[in-house]
Amino acid sequence: MKHFDVIVIGGGHAGTEAASAAARAGASVALVTQKLATIGMMSCNPAIGGLGKGHLVREIDALDGIMGRAADAAGIQFRLLNLRKGPAVQGPRAQADRALYRTFVQAELSAQQNLSLIEGEVVDLIADDSRIGGVILADGQSVSARAVVLTAGTFLNGLIHIGDQRQAGGRMGDAPSTRLGDRLNDLDLKRGRLKTGTPPRLDGRTINWSILDEQKGDDEPSMFSFLNRKPVARQVSCGVTRTNERTHDIIRANLSRSAMYGGHIDGVGPRYCPSIEDKVVRFSDKDSHQVFLEPEGLTDHTVYPNGISSSLPIEVQNAYVSSIVGLENATILQPAYAIEYDFFDPRALSAGLGVLNLEGLFFAGQINGTTGYEEAAAQGLAAGLNAGHLAMDKEPVQFHRSGSYIGVLLDDLRSRGVTEPYRMFTSRAEYRLSLRADNADQRLTEQGISLGIVSEARKSSFYKKLNNLNDLKGRLEKRTFTPRDLLEGGVHVSSDGSRRSGLDVLGAFAMTSDQQDRLLPELLNADPDIRTQILRDAMYGRYLDRQQAQIDQLKREELTAIPADFSYAGLSGLSGELLSKLQRQRPASLAVAAQIEGMTPAALALILANVRRSAALREAG
Amino acid sequence: MSDTIFALATARGKAGIAVVRVSGPLALDAAAALGICQLPTRRGVLRKLMIGDELLDTALVLFFEAGASFTGEKAVEFQVHGSEAVVSALLQFLTGLPGLRLAEPGEFTRRALENGMLDLTQVEALADLIDAETEAQRRQAQRVLSGGLGQRAAVWRKDLVRAGALIEATIDFADEDIPVDVIPEVCDIVDRLLRSFSAEIEGSRSSERVRAGFEVAIVGAPNVGKSSLLNALVGRDVAITSAVAGTTRDVIEVRMDLGGLPVTLLDTAGLREATDEIERIGVERARERARLADLTVLLLEPGDVESDAEADIIVWGKADLAPGPNTVSGLSGQGLDWLVEEIRTRLQRRVSGSGLLIRDRHRSALMMASESMASARRSLYDINPSLELVAADLRTASHALDILVGKIGVEALLDEIFSSFCIGK
Repeated sequence: MKHFDVIVIGGGHAGTEAASAAARAGASVALVTQKLATIGMMSCNPAIGGLGKGHLVREIDALDGIMGRAADAAGIQFRLLNLRKGPAVQGPRAQADRALYRTFVQAELSAQQNLSLIEGEVVDLIADDSRIGGVILADGQSVSARAVVLTAGTFLNGLIHIGDQRQAGGRMGDAPSTRLGDRLNDLDLKRGRLKTGTPPRLDGRTINWSILDEQKGDDEPSMFSFLNRKPVARQVSCGVTRTNERTHDIIRANLSRSAMYGGHIDGVGPRYCPSIEDKVVRFSDKDSHQVFLEPEGLTDHTVYPNGISSSLPIEVQNAYVSSIVGLENATILQPAYAIEYDFFDPRALSAGLGVLNLEGLFFAGQINGTTGYEEAAAQGLAAGLNAGHLAMDKEPVQFHRSGSYIGVLLDDLRSRGVTEPYRMFTSRAEYRLSLRADNADQRLTEQGISLGIVSEARKSSFYKKLNNLNDLKGRLEKRTFTPRDLLEGGVHVSSDGSRRSGLDVLGAFAMTSDQQDRLLPELLNADPDIRTQILRDAMYGRYLDRQQAQIDQLKREELTAIPADFSYAGLSGLSGELLSKLQRQRPASLAVAAQIEGMTPAALALILANVRRSAALREAG
Repeated sequence: MSDTIFALATARGKAGIAVVRVSGPLALDAAAALGICQLPTRRGVLRKLMIGDELLDTALVLFFEAGASFTGEKAVEFQVHGSEAVVSALLQFLTGLPGLRLAEPGEFTRRALENGMLDLTQVEALADLIDAETEAQRRQAQRVLSGGLGQRAAVWRKDLVRAGALIEATIDFADEDIPVDVIPEVCDIVDRLLRSFSAEIEGSRSSERVRAGFEVAIVGAPNVGKSSLLNALVGRDVAITSAVAGTTRDVIEVRMDLGGLPVTLLDTAGLREATDEIERIGVERARERARLADLTVLLLEPGDVESDAEADIIVWGKADLAPGPNTVSGLSGQGLDWLVEEIRTRLQRRVSGSGLLIRDRHRSALMMASESMASARRSLYDINPSLELVAADLRTASHALDILVGKIGVEALLDEIFSSFCIGK
């Protein structure tokens, strides 16, 4: 029987990052997928990044994951979202050529040491009562492993709806993994059902582009990877059009035939990615909705009309599509569909995405109730690292919510669970001002280096950047200004007699870059990236200090761990409601307990006192 | 390492003895700053507490080593004379020391728990105590809530969630077609909140007074009879009274129960152009105290015309010689009941306008909220507003209100976004 440290099931965005991360961490890894050719496939929209999501991609890249470099290699239109807003809320986004993306990911995995790719269907897990031992493939072959990462996506009990037609399946054309799904039932994990939808895919040659608005990429493209400077693929534009009253009339007239409105779907859908039916019903006062026409690739005529996902029957789709300006004669290549699938309540996972009641099994991606490539990839990275470390008897790898969007994602899943498909937003990160896309490397690459998962090339370019940054920061801190100096430099300041450092000056006063150069000649010769970063840190300085104080407070409370076997039942004075919440959620620390809804300071004190007491008793033996 | 904390461990107010407890790594440094070195452990010694060159009090000082004190940390206890002035001077001095801060309510107990200074039975007993405390806190909170703070905070929270949702929608869904400019509505909300917070903080001064006492200053020309009036009000001789103008060279304070309200009467030096330096300082100080007092009573000579518009109550003295409306006499007691009632009514009116922010904690939370709103306002009125900073300020304000009541989560924020905007391509 073949043996690996880690087996990764699934070749989507979670699976590929998991396999790569575990292998880079030094584990021997097998990635098992039904079709090797679909590894790295973008099964929904042909784009990577966005607000919050772009931050995740930068963080994956800072840890030398695949997604950022793949998106750069495949990017055919780059836009930095929120360009006119503050740096903390800017997110890189790119339209990607599906074929180029897939090719890059497959090449990356083929070249990865310690990694084997196996084509096959996993039908069963090998496990005793408490530990995973490997997997069984459909051809009867067993493969043993100390850790297994399951990234089943929407394949678990997947059900596709087009109007009242339904068919079992993961994504169009793929067989669903029902046998594995049945097997997972035995684990007795809490399940939920979610849904998501896609728009009809159009033939770009049948779209009347000449009458549509064009959305171009940025003049200066922002890349995802810290290693890349400019796009490699040819750059193209997207088209923009809108629905109209006639579109809405068609949809309203056929609502009862929609899978969702016809009562065929039980799952909960994402509110931020509503179907066109949903938009027409819920926002009936709007007579028009925007539609972005996104090319799926340079050599592919398929166009993804972002904004009109649906589960209406095919003939209704044809009718509403042709009611839209520019799409009058558009041909649908693949109809829109909605898909329902199972997910497992992520509150039953460890901080490293391990299943608590079966050691060695990890879940990552949509199986945990998230949506989006980036969210899946981030989880894959975390799960892969932790699976590798478990298999090699190393310490778990942790991400804190004060240090990364990856940390926010993992913490949200584990402590809050999921009620609709979970998508990252910048508003989910309470320490948003310090968790910026531009400083992801400073937040994470050093951790990646110490984990041994970062390439030599990245390591040396990172340290070079860090040295330049620290050097310039140091020089700006050393330089001081009197109010008189500043007034002479054209900065309006009251003569309060206080001396300010160069950094303080940059943070406190709005200046043109000419003024900055004159006052602080150090900036003149600095690398533009370094200069930008310094200015951003200075701009947020006051707020960053306040956030740091809050982070310190949070970390102090997190240091107070509550043992996993702590008994709440013996505590007199807890309300019944709190007691059941505590018993269900089993907070790992006082900080997590404090987050529980309805928690009172008195109850926290009571828990703390008893945690101390049981620790003392244990010590006394 | 934890902070060093201190607090008055005995009840407030006049008493034979007051105990000020300092706990934490800097406890001995605090003693040293008061001129006390080489303390023996767990044995009371009589020492002089010095603030600079000035003797504050002679106190019994106890030092407990880490592991042997109530909190389990290094601790020093000062048993001083139970005078408000001594205690407040000592607390003030400790506040000024780096690394020291006033303890939160219950913090000594909490530290004792955390440091394992209580055994099994004690912890159980303390759990009961915590419950009792909660019950009291609950009742206390209930009282505040029925007074309207809860309802008011709910309105504020709703506003904050709304403003947060508007801002976050424009940040997180920038590539969607959000039709309206949200800034004017956010500005309205922020302005409204800022006004509410300020009004509430303003009102909290009176609630604080209910606990700490009101100050009523008696002002007037020299020798008009202010000290006699004060003596008569208090019913005992406290201020030196003589017929020579300018006898009271300083401010004299007397605490009293005035119609059920705690009041400190201030007798100030006569307001005239002083000739000698010491009296000039006295007059200066009197003016300052009168300005800061909650209420001023201006005492005039019979026949004087009202001149000081700043006084709250104007009375004419020596009613025994020149009776009439609004006249009083310290000698005969004429008009005293009327004056007491007048002062009481006016203070009572202020009390009724307060009562929501009854604790310092409430007040400081609202100050935090108010400062964040002021900061948000500055950002919003920028030519190119930094919305992420406004969002950060809104979060801080929410956090501050969390301290007052319940919680605001990001989910609430997203709910608001999704119910207000059609988001999704």
